[in-house]
Amino acid sequence: MSGGMSGALTMAAERPVRRSRLRDAAADGWVLTLRNMTHLVRSPEEIGVYFSLPVMFVLVFGYVFGSGMQVPGDGGYREFLLPGVFAMTMLYGMGATATAVSLDTGRGVVDRFRSMPVARSALLTGRSAADLLRALLELAVLVGCGLLVGWQWHRGIGNALAALGLVLLLRAAITRTGIWLGLVVRNPDTVGVIVFPLAFPLTALSNVFVAPELMPGWLGAVAEWNPLSATVAAVRELFGNPGHAGTSWAAEHALPLAVAWPLLLIAVFAPLALHRYRSLSR
Amino acid sequence: MGRAEGTLAVTAEGLDKRYRGTAALDGLELRAARGTVHGLLGPNGAGKTTAVRCLATLLRFDAGRATVCGHDVARRPERVRELIGLTGQYAAVDETLSGRQNLVMFGRLFKLRAGAARRRADELLDRFGLAGAAGKSAAQYSGGMRRRLDLAAAMIRTPEVLFLDEPTTGLDPRSRNQVWDAVRALVAQGTTVLLTTQYLEEADQLADRISVLDAGRIVAEGTADQLKARTGGDRIEVVVRHAADLPAVAEILARAGDGPPVTDPDRRLAGAPVADRVAALTEVVRALHQAGLAAEDIGTRRPTLDEAFLALTGRAAA
Repeated sequence: MSGGMSGALTMAAERPVRRSRLRDAAADGWVLTLRNMTHLVRSPEEIGVYFSLPVMFVLVFGYVFGSGMQVPGDGGYREFLLPGVFAMTMLYGMGATATAVSLDTGRGVVDRFRSMPVARSALLTGRSAADLLRALLELAVLVGCGLLVGWQWHRGIGNALAALGLVLLLRAAITRTGIWLGLVVRNPDTVGVIVFPLAFPLTALSNVFVAPELMPGWLGAVAEWNPLSATVAAVRELFGNPGHAGTSWAAEHALPLAVAWPLLLIAVFAPLALHRYRSLSR
Repeated sequence: MGRAEGTLAVTAEGLDKRYRGTAALDGLELRAARGTVHGLLGPNGAGKTTAVRCLATLLRFDAGRATVCGHDVARRPERVRELIGLTGQYAAVDETLSGRQNLVMFGRLFKLRAGAARRRADELLDRFGLAGAAGKSAAQYSGGMRRRLDLAAAMIRTPEVLFLDEPTTGLDPRSRNQVWDAVRALVAQGTTVLLTTQYLEEADQLADRISVLDAGRIVAEGTADQLKARTGGDRIEVVVRHAADLPAVAEILARAGDGPPVTDPDRRLAGAPVADRVAALTEVVRALHQAGLAAEDIGTRRPTLDEAFLALTGRAAA
C-alpha cells in the first residue's frame, strides 16, 4: 500500500465537532436544507417549470378568462385572482415535495442518511425548510408578476406581510402532506400522476377562480369550507382585494380559519409522516 | 460486553427477520473478527441484504442479538451509526449533486466543520480517481464511478466496520478491480469489512472467512480453502484433442480416480475426483500414453467455490 493512499483513507487531524443533540439536529437539518436548495439551483429546467407555471396561471386566467368573469365588490378580475394564484401555487408545490421525498426514499439516499449519525428529524426539517425557502421565491415572482398586471395591496405593508405569512403557513401544511404522500406512495412516477387529480378539484371547488356565491348552493358551501378558500379569502381581506364578501359562517371567519386549517393539517400529517418515516425500519 | 466481543467486530446470534410471514433471516449466526474481511456468500434471496440492513441499524430484527464493536445494535443504534460505513447494493448517493457536493454534504453530516469537510472530500475524490469529475452531477457518472463515489462516502470518517452490500454487481472487470483495491487498502488500515456477494470469485479474492447463507441461515462457515475442501477434495481433469476420445479417457479416469468420471464434450474435458493427486496424475499420464490418446491439457485442481456452493446448498449459486 502506498503512503499516499493511507494518508487519504484515514483522517488524521480532522475530528468531528461535538455539540448538544439539539444543535446537532439543527445543524443536520440545515445541511439537508442546503442540499435541497442546491437541487433547485442544479436543475434549471425545474426552476423554469415551477416558476413559469404560476405566471401562466396569472396570464391565462387573468386575461383569457378574466374578461368574462364577474367579481363581487370593487376592482378587476386580476385583483380578485392573484390571492387565489398565491394559494394555488402553494398547493401545486405538493407535487415537488412528494416527488423529491419518494425519489430520496426509493434510490437509497435516505438509507445512507439513516445509516449515519444524522438526527432523525433532519430529513423532515430539511425538506420543510427548503420548501419554505422555495415558496418564498415563488411568492416573490408572483408578487412581481401581480404588480405588473395591475394587482396591488391596499391595506398597508403590515397587512400585506400578514397575508403572505398566511400563504406560507398553508405551504407549511402542504409540505407535511407532501412528505407523507411521498413516503406512502414511494414510486416517484406514481406520485407525479396522482398529485394533479388530488390538487385540481381542490382548486376548482374553491374561491380561487370564481366567488362561491356565484356557484350553485351546495357547491358554493363546499367551496367556502375548502381549506384553500379560507386562506384565499383571508388573504383577499388583508390585501384589500375584492371578493372577500361572503355571508356564510366560513366566509365571515376566513381569518381564523386560514390559521386553523393549516394547523390542523400539520397536526394530522406531521405525525403521520414521522410514523411512516420510522416504519421504514420495519 | 462479553470477552469474545472485544475481538469481534460484528456478531449476530439467532437473528430472525420475517416479512409477512416469510422468514428472510432464520436464526442467523455471524462472528466477524476485527480487521478481517468476512464474506457473506449466497444466491439472490438468501437474505444477505436483509442481514446487512439489520446489522447497519436500517432494519429492526424480530429476535436475536447483534453487536458492532461490542455495541448492541438494537439498543444503541446511534452509537453503532458512528462506527459503521455502508455502501448499498444500489449506489446511495445524491444523483443531482456533484461528486464533490455529495462528499462535502456527507462530511458535514458526520459533523466535520465546513473546511474540514471540503478537504476530506478533495482527498477522497483524488484517492478514488474522481477528481476530474468532481464537479459533474453523480447522475452523469458511469456505474463504476458511482460505486467508487459511494465507497468514498462510506469512508469519510474511517469506519470501524464497513458493510459492502454487493459492491461490484454490474461492474466491468476494471471497475471491479478498483473497488477491490480500495477495500484492501481500507482493511490494511484496520477496518473490518463485511462483504456480501453472489460472486464466488469475489469472496475468494477478498474474504478471510466466508459464511455461506441460504434461506436466511448460515449453512457453512470457514476459509475459502476449508469450504472447498468440504466438497470432497481434489479433481483430475483431462482436455483431449478429439472429443471422440472422451469415452476412452473416461474409462482411464474411472480406474485411476476415486469417483465416477464426468465428461463435457463442448470443452473436450473429462474429470474425476481423486484422493492422491500425484499418484492419480502419474497413472493417468501413463495410461493415456499407452493408449495413444492425445491430450491438450492435464492437471489436478481444487474444487471451485461454485462447486463448493453446489455441494453445500444442493443448488447452484447465482
